[in-house]
Amino acid sequence: MAENLPFDEMYNPDGSVREPYRALAQWLEEQPDKALTLMQSDAEAIFRKLGITFAVYGSEEGTEKVIPFDVIPRIIAAQEWRRLSKGIEQRVKALNAFLYDIYHRQEILKAGRIPEKLILQNEAFCPEMMGLEPARGIYAHIIGVDIVRVGPDEFYVLEDNLRTPSGVSYMLEDREAMMILAPDLFQRQKVAPVENYPENLRRTLESVAPANASASPNIVVLTPGIYNSAYFEHSFLADQMGATLCEGPDLFVDGGKVYMRTTTGPERVDVIYRRIDDDYLDPLTFNPGSMLGVPGLFDAYRAGNVTLVNAPGTGIADDKAVYTYVPEIIEFYLGEKALLQNVPTYNCTDEEQRNWVLANIGDLVVKEVHGSGGYGMMVGPTSTKAMHAEFRKKIEARPDNYIVQPTLALSTCPTYINAGITPRHVDLRPYVLIGDEVRITPGGLTRVALKKGSLVVNSSQGGGTKDTWVLED
Amino acid sequence: MTMLGRTAQNLFWLSRYVERAENMARLLEVGYRMSLTSRREGGASEHLVSMMQAAEVDEAFASKDRVADVDTVANFMMFDPDNYSSVYSCLLAARTNARSVRTAITSDMWESINSAWLEFSQIKPRDVRGAKLLGLLEWVKDIGHQFRGALLGTILRDDGFAFLQAGNFIERADNTARILDMKYYVLLPRAKMVGGDLDIQQWTLILRAASAHRSYRHVYHDRYKAHNIADFLMLRPEMPRSLIFCAKYIEDNLATLSQFYGQKQSCDEAASQLRSMVDGTDMDTIFSYGLHEFLTEFIARNNRVSDTLSESYNFY
Repeated sequence: MAENLPFDEMYNPDGSVREPYRALAQWLEEQPDKALTLMQSDAEAIFRKLGITFAVYGSEEGTEKVIPFDVIPRIIAAQEWRRLSKGIEQRVKALNAFLYDIYHRQEILKAGRIPEKLILQNEAFCPEMMGLEPARGIYAHIIGVDIVRVGPDEFYVLEDNLRTPSGVSYMLEDREAMMILAPDLFQRQKVAPVENYPENLRRTLESVAPANASASPNIVVLTPGIYNSAYFEHSFLADQMGATLCEGPDLFVDGGKVYMRTTTGPERVDVIYRRIDDDYLDPLTFNPGSMLGVPGLFDAYRAGNVTLVNAPGTGIADDKAVYTYVPEIIEFYLGEKALLQNVPTYNCTDEEQRNWVLANIGDLVVKEVHGSGGYGMMVGPTSTKAMHAEFRKKIEARPDNYIVQPTLALSTCPTYINAGITPRHVDLRPYVLIGDEVRITPGGLTRVALKKGSLVVNSSQGGGTKDTWVLED
Repeated sequence: MTMLGRTAQNLFWLSRYVERAENMARLLEVGYRMSLTSRREGGASEHLVSMMQAAEVDEAFASKDRVADVDTVANFMMFDPDNYSSVYSCLLAARTNARSVRTAITSDMWESINSAWLEFSQIKPRDVRGAKLLGLLEWVKDIGHQFRGALLGTILRDDGFAFLQAGNFIERADNTARILDMKYYVLLPRAKMVGGDLDIQQWTLILRAASAHRSYRHVYHDRYKAHNIADFLMLRPEMPRSLIFCAKYIEDNLATLSQFYGQKQSCDEAASQLRSMVDGTDMDTIFSYGLHEFLTEFIARNNRVSDTLSESYNFY
């Protein structure tokens, strides 16, 4: 059946080229044999030079790998992007309003629009945040919204990542590599720049400095350290925006203020872009066993002497169970209809829905509520009967621990594999910065499932990345 | 943007460990050559042990309960993770330090130490026994040359540079003093002015350990003499591994650092006390003080520079 064919972003079903891909198609045609093979091997050398290979190391710490890079860019038309970015902006504003409300008067719960239990008994709800006033009222300053496309005008939000979304360094390195590999391709059309992300990140962080900070606030990136799988990104971002890369022991709290230990003594810290989880931030407030955090940090935050980016407790807004309520949330706070659709999601705690899910599990996608990175999930159509049975049992045992969605026919993009161009499924993670204004980097990170037919794009599950182009009019 | 004390510390130890890896290779080369040419019963083992004493790893080796022969000692000095000064431990520590300060070093420096570590970690100890050992030791020395080349060619001349260089030269001063101390007795003046074959052989090895066996000729235009050898490695300012060269470099370097930060520190004083030991003196004075005693004091003062540097700039 034709409708079972996934939407291809480059070719129409009749084989003609879609408008945004015209220049690329022509360029591909002009390339001599072997040109792409050469590009692919050059790409590897470039990533080594750019520094990404320093994530590759001996087996004793082999948690990080180089994420494969595909040399064929993914292209989004200007008007497609305008629509997307409007929807994204609406979404992140509503989610921040939701967080402010949840940690203050909880009007949305009082109004009965979201079940109280779902929030107040949720592990991601952070009671310590109640009544706290973050700078500019913003909780989630850095958001990565995972979006999939299933048709020319059909986009779905898969997930809102409000904790510490990663991968932005790949977006930047992919562009850098692409400009080295195919500079002539950039001359044929106007591609919106992504290079100002670090500058925008810095501006965003400065704009949410505490009121009592100096005119040029001291910004640091807080990393769990060199053994963390995203350490490369932490050091990359610190480097790119000229901030100090700190580990927990580099910081201390004195008199309710945060300082870093420098060669010339303590120096006040105003904004912390933290890449460690809530639980590990402050052993005095959260997990007492944490060696990664800074004792007393939360009190300094509460006193308004330092800004944490993102705020603790933002996880309540990207919880997979809360996700289903996002359209509701947008309506409640903004009085608008959601511009971007959610993926229809079945609630397994409802008996009728659960029975339907159990009967049709082979066609569905099952995700653990607190899982991430493609772990703890099952894609029905590509899984074995044994796995179907295993997940049926899991759902029956803990129906609240899973959400279930239909298997979406993710769009495909031409991808260079085994010396040939062939379609592979992709998703998109645009990066959003929220401070004095909302800044959305045009494009974002495209992840591509390199295995034929696979719908799982996570790098931990064999996914790669592509440079993502938003065309300018 | 002021540098974190930890960053300064990581930079300091990064270059100390690179220098130490290289020096361990030099020491092992000397121990290895000495043991090969020893004709006395048990002599080979004694040479190896005294080499390990110089590196201050003899006790760690003894706790392993192994006979000191070329294979066991080479393995211990090169590959043993329990030996904190083994080439393995030094390169791993250097890379770990480099990774922590990835933003404070250049990508050339990073690539040099990273690829050295990746390559070294692939080597299987059994593949480099016997004749192949010397080739590997040369390669370890090259790692140091390459890293310093990347450093000198690419890094900004700011406080970071000063911390890196301080680590390099404090480690080097320590090493030269230890090499001399290992065989100090063959350098002592004796009634018989002409050294015997055995003396000459040992002198050559001392010079070799400091890569100084050829440059000696350029400076002295003379055959090997104990007095000159000691003079060369201690008091000649043109010899880049001599005590005076290192001490002067350390003092100047720390002065640059305190100027950079606009405040004199206790390590400046410690560095000038180190330099004053070897400045404006001669070998006769040192011999009458006692060579071994002198070297022991020098090593202690050098340690004091390292300690006060850590305090002055908030290492932790």
